[in-house]
Amino acid sequence: MSDMTTTPAASVPPVQPEPEPLHRQLGVTDGELEVIRQKLGRDPNHTELAMFSVMWSEHCSYKSSKPLLKTLPTRGNGMMAGVGDNAGVVRIGDGLAVAFKIESHNHPSAVEPYQGAATGVGGILRDIFTMGARPIAVLDALRFGDPKDPRTRHLVDGVVRGVGGYGNCVGVPTVGGELVFDPSYQGNPLVNVMAIGLLEERMLILAEAPGPGNYVVLFGSTTGRDGIGGASVLASATFQHDDPNKRPTVQVGDPFAEKLLIEASLELIDRRLVVGIQDLGAAGITCATSESADKAGTGILLDLDVIPRREPGMAPWEVMISESQERMLATCVPENFAAVREVCERWGIPIALVGRVTTDGDIAIIEGGIGPDGRPNPGAKEIARIPAKALTSDAIVHYRLATPPTRRRQAPAPGIPLTAKDGLPERGMDPAAVLAALLGSPNLSSRHWVYQQYDSSVQSNTVEWPGHGAAVLRVKGTKKALVATTDGNQTVSAIDPHLGAQLAVAEATRNVSITGARSLGITNCLNYGNPERPEAFWQLQEAVRGMGEACRALGVPVTGGNVSLYNEYPGGAISPTPVIGVVGLLEDISLLVRPPFTTEGDSVILVGQSTPGMAGSEYAALAGLSSEDAPPGIDLDREAALQSFIREAIGRALVASAQDVSGGGLAVAIAECCMWSGLGAKLRLGVSGSPAIELFGESPSRLVLSCRPRHAAAIELLARQFGLPADILGTVGGLRLRIELTGHGATGAAEARGSGVADALDVSITDLRHTWDHGLARALGVEGSPGHGLEAARTAVEGEAN
Amino acid sequence: MRIGVVIFPDSNSDVDSLNALAVAGVEPVRLWHESPDLSGVSAVILPGGFSYGDYLRAGVIARFSPVMRGVSAFAAEGGYVLGICNGFQVLAEARLVPGALLRNRSLRFAGRLVNIKPERLDSPFTRAATGAPLRVPVAHGEGCYYADEATLDELEANGQVLFRYVREDGAPALDPDEPANPNGSLRAIAGVCNAAGNVAGLMPHPERMSEAILGRDDGMQLIRSLVESAAAWDAAQRPAPKAKAEARP
Repeated sequence: MSDMTTTPAASVPPVQPEPEPLHRQLGVTDGELEVIRQKLGRDPNHTELAMFSVMWSEHCSYKSSKPLLKTLPTRGNGMMAGVGDNAGVVRIGDGLAVAFKIESHNHPSAVEPYQGAATGVGGILRDIFTMGARPIAVLDALRFGDPKDPRTRHLVDGVVRGVGGYGNCVGVPTVGGELVFDPSYQGNPLVNVMAIGLLEERMLILAEAPGPGNYVVLFGSTTGRDGIGGASVLASATFQHDDPNKRPTVQVGDPFAEKLLIEASLELIDRRLVVGIQDLGAAGITCATSESADKAGTGILLDLDVIPRREPGMAPWEVMISESQERMLATCVPENFAAVREVCERWGIPIALVGRVTTDGDIAIIEGGIGPDGRPNPGAKEIARIPAKALTSDAIVHYRLATPPTRRRQAPAPGIPLTAKDGLPERGMDPAAVLAALLGSPNLSSRHWVYQQYDSSVQSNTVEWPGHGAAVLRVKGTKKALVATTDGNQTVSAIDPHLGAQLAVAEATRNVSITGARSLGITNCLNYGNPERPEAFWQLQEAVRGMGEACRALGVPVTGGNVSLYNEYPGGAISPTPVIGVVGLLEDISLLVRPPFTTEGDSVILVGQSTPGMAGSEYAALAGLSSEDAPPGIDLDREAALQSFIREAIGRALVASAQDVSGGGLAVAIAECCMWSGLGAKLRLGVSGSPAIELFGESPSRLVLSCRPRHAAAIELLARQFGLPADILGTVGGLRLRIELTGHGATGAAEARGSGVADALDVSITDLRHTWDHGLARALGVEGSPGHGLEAARTAVEGEAN
Repeated sequence: MRIGVVIFPDSNSDVDSLNALAVAGVEPVRLWHESPDLSGVSAVILPGGFSYGDYLRAGVIARFSPVMRGVSAFAAEGGYVLGICNGFQVLAEARLVPGALLRNRSLRFAGRLVNIKPERLDSPFTRAATGAPLRVPVAHGEGCYYADEATLDELEANGQVLFRYVREDGAPALDPDEPANPNGSLRAIAGVCNAAGNVAGLMPHPERMSEAILGRDDGMQLIRSLVESAAAWDAAQRPAPKAKAEARP
């Protein structure tokens, strides 16, 4: 044994002759140290300080965001677990429930993209099966900088491989997600991963350590020095990219171990062998013990000596905050311990009896062993003692200063008449060329290069594969289906964070509603900048306000989420990015509606109305739109009406296909319905103001559906009942998409302004499909089979290494 | 009738085989990797997944597991063994089927739908197939079928090539770089059988496309083939010269 395990004093990180005091090295401010002293009634020793530093990190404590998150609507029908638990759990009937949660792994992925992303998947899966649910799906919401940049290509390649490498191996299908490029992520990519699990209601178990005298067991992988301080060092400080000193703080994933952990954990829960179970994520054993004890109102006495180690010579503080992956902490009654051990051993998983549940409410760490009476052996040494709640529910909270930026742009109120300004970038616009450019753009082109590196079909539940809107999973043994999506919004959020968050919630839930499903709840991943900067904190505050308003208006609870702050790097902060994950329930899968057109001769109907504002749109990005314009606003009541309308129409079996209007606007939405079905359409679009806004504007609360012609009148009537305009645009058929522009805003008026907009868009579906198919690979420089540009990717990575 | 599905640690597509067998009306039996006892099943599926993590090379550890002793003995008796994806890799490592599965030519995992065509309809693994191309998923990183030229010729001559990747029009995707060939397999080989014809492996996952609700039930043709063959083998009672004869008409 090394000398490092002997005394707490010897356990200081080996950085001795530094002028900076230890607490600051660990990221604890002078003020926070003072609060720690008050809570303990004495000075913390070094192990205790390390434990506080990780538990009071932004990542674990939500110390900046907690006051904001309290304002969110977190109650809903059928909710069995929610905010504060590892994952939200909502009943879906038939004695079943669904668990879901999204989490970020941004900074680890920036340092080491493969392992960062892989362990992001591993971590969120553990949050799911810790609730007693079997993981059934993963979605990855990814954001990177310029796709032409070699470093971005290296990150994209590594992250995609990492998500696949882990998810494929554990046998959980990756069924959806997002891939967005935006310059603001150049130095700080976003890797948000959502996981969904299915459980029988009786399986629900909480992350608690009840019953004084009960055994506390640790099982799964051994504890090593990997990922020490991952949460505090990486996730909770402004990020200096490419710092090799931070590599050891990135955890290393072992999906094989995770798969065994899933099976063993679910068997333990199924057989009621454990009374509480918690995964070890950020802050490792410290977090799992303190949260489990605090939740049950108990304490835990932990024997450091018996924790299985990966390497010798680890100091107590290293063991306590190690973030080695694939570990679980469980509580069982003493009589069940033998059976618990048998299960773990059968699955080939190391297990150790590491502690006892106590009554004193403290996390007490000793060396020297626990006696049969559940007390420390005579001569055992106490290394640390901290009240569990001081680390968790009673952790420090910071009320940060929020200051709006001095110059703000705001969306025009909905209903303001469209005005064609000379500044609108439609001079000489050829709608067909713009549509092709949009479909081939890095953000709107097909993502198959990504999702074809994922196993999307394992478990035999995948009804709708990635690529065409929300993922759909059947629920075996029932008529039900789960519908899942993630949607974020960074472009509007950069202009108006309140509106951006509302739009993200609206789009994500709309994507669920257009399948006919009802949203059960949202899980959110809030990716923002340094909360100590008043302007960044204002963005977060506005986003939470907007998200809460949208959720209330749409009647969807927030079931959990994750806040990722400090997403900054020397080049600046990311655009504020709320990513919203939604799971919806479709009671009868036979009613499922998808985006592609289905039948020649069907009527195409646009429901909803465009509103002014082009800022934040893909068209604006393409055209380099002047910053004087504003993004389109949202009327949440109208959004709620639209979603209710489409669910009702689908429930009455009136709808053949439905697609929401979002990125790239109406033209892109219709083009997708065509490309994905191979069916063209002949349409007329009335233009009252600007053709660009009608075709490519991204104002929310709109959808395009197709239906049998005999149902068109019923749909128009139903839309009217919901207070929504519905226009029959034309008919499905042929192999071309033709949109004729009519009305006083079309050619004539545009010609009068000298903008020379063509009066029709007329393109072959095959050509659109080709453009769309190849856009991403072209942007990433990985075009051409079979390696999809392997050489290019390799060059990029090697270039990086050099 | 009972058909066994071997469970290695990190078999993860075992659920798909179990599900497809249940859909086919067969009682699936889980066969744990630590025991060579096959519980008297009438056929065995080695399912997809990452047996023992597959960190070294796919299937290389699994071939040494106790259950594989039972599987080899069962195969030697003429019992039907079908390896799917990782199961194919295990069978190849165990030399129960010829050839090897190399890393995909793209050096990337391939997860998508492909078209495969049964090369013959008189094998125990294709007897219920229509002969039309089947649209089924692949999900693997090491699926590039490889054998030397002489072996490939011999396999062709013996009728041991059971499935090939084909284009939309049904023509074999012989160019290892063409998109219809997801992994660069030589001669577009997606599945082979042993010389006796009772042990077969394929990289695609027919068992994951065995219900209309999942998009198509093409894969059920192959599951049903195995079920019919197992029933015939059962009826013939072991030993199984008759089943063998059936395998090589």
